[in-house]
Amino acid sequence: MIIAENVFKSFGETKVLKGITTSFYAGKNNLIIGKSGAGKTVLLKLLVGLLAPTQGRILYGERDFTAMDEKAKRAIRMEVGMLFQGSALFDSMTVEENIRFPLDMFTNKTKKEKLDRVNYCLDRVEMEGVNDRYPSETSGGMQKRVGIARAIVLEPKYLFCDEPNSGLDPKTALLIDELIQSITYENNITTVINTHDMNSVMGIGDNIALLNEGQIAWQGNKDEVMDTDNSFLENFIFASPFLQRLRSDALANRRS
Amino acid sequence: MFKSLFFHIGQYLLLLKQALARPEKPAMYWKEMMRQMNDIGIGSLIIICLISVFIGAVTAVQFSYQLQDSFIPAYYIGYIVRDTTIIEMAPMITCLVLAGKVGSNIAAEIGGMRQKEHIDAMEIMGVNTAAYLITPKVLAAIVVIPMLVCIAAFMSITGGLIASVAGGMITQAEYVLGLQSFFVPYNVFMMFVKAVVFAFILTSVAAYQGYYVKGGSIELGAASTQAVVYSNILILLSDYMIAMLLTQ
Repeated sequence: MIIAENVFKSFGETKVLKGITTSFYAGKNNLIIGKSGAGKTVLLKLLVGLLAPTQGRILYGERDFTAMDEKAKRAIRMEVGMLFQGSALFDSMTVEENIRFPLDMFTNKTKKEKLDRVNYCLDRVEMEGVNDRYPSETSGGMQKRVGIARAIVLEPKYLFCDEPNSGLDPKTALLIDELIQSITYENNITTVINTHDMNSVMGIGDNIALLNEGQIAWQGNKDEVMDTDNSFLENFIFASPFLQRLRSDALANRRS
Repeated sequence: MFKSLFFHIGQYLLLLKQALARPEKPAMYWKEMMRQMNDIGIGSLIIICLISVFIGAVTAVQFSYQLQDSFIPAYYIGYIVRDTTIIEMAPMITCLVLAGKVGSNIAAEIGGMRQKEHIDAMEIMGVNTAAYLITPKVLAAIVVIPMLVCIAAFMSITGGLIASVAGGMITQAEYVLGLQSFFVPYNVFMMFVKAVVFAFILTSVAAYQGYYVKGGSIELGAASTQAVVYSNILILLSDYMIAMLLTQ
């Protein structure tokens, strides 16, 4: 479990986050949603320690991440995996080398053990047999899957995903969502996903935090989204006429 | 202006402190260092040899021109080419060229990694990115650049021999006599001191420029240019300081 406790973040005079207090639970897909510029990416960067809060605390379980020195933070990061928006695969390395990198850096496993683990992770994301390809030789969806494989190779307790579906076709986006969901449930991982994708919200949103102007505007799960009377959430999630129609149909079906 | 200067000096020193931390896995750093040694050393060999041959040749021709109608013996050409090469030309010109070739490459490589979130990805894995990305490059340069400078000195002296003998200025025997005259081994020590200091400057300054790059491709280009400009200035400044310190 990760807890953000009264977190503020400013860049100069600009206040981006204004007192965020929320929890991200183990074994659940915790989604952070909100308009562009609402502070989602800043919150995610604060959670992983790429930025430091101006005020407030980030707790990993009972460990105060914000009060730790760099060395202690690095130890926590051994428990963290992250999937980046652009995948952030190292261009000069093959798919196998990319996934093996954390193993090479932090474990004393034998070559065979590392290869077995890499192949297991590739198999887990349905990417067998691409070990020797370079990232540039794979599609955007494949890169995301390799990114997930790299993120889970050290069996993390915490998984962060920044816009995992951006730039992907709906079918591949669904596949990525299903992958993240199954990995989260299988390994009881605390997964935090920063997304704009409404399919993800309605598909895998176990715990959703809606950010607006640096504050939590609403919190709940995917089922509660349908029944919400929060006008801001309604306007945000059901922004298009198509989604509004879907919602009214769903509510009508439920009543009948 | 001074505030900005002190800010950058402070940030540069803090980055170096972070880069000198104990490696997580020495074997990974060794592997990276070997790769960098290959890139810096083998990758720069041809350009360094070419430049050095011409520098030696030009020095010989110019000095021969200065000696015309003078009472200074012609074999001094070999002596002058040797000493200017060892004391100044080989370390300085080699490192100025490498600041352009290797320095801009390091700034662009690390800056590109920053922009594509590769550095963030490594940070989140728990890697000390300053150490992993900078230390192997600096160490590789400190090992390889003195070797390149040595080769540059040899090629420059050879260039002087070719130019002066082929140009009919002196005979090969006279040139060799000049090379063997008034030799001071301490000058070679000075050459290596310069090579090591310049190698450190050109790699660490370039890495600093790349590591803190912000923005897009224009900023990356600017960081690459600044890496070359600042390295060159610092190389020339330290050249003067080393000359003052080691010749007093």
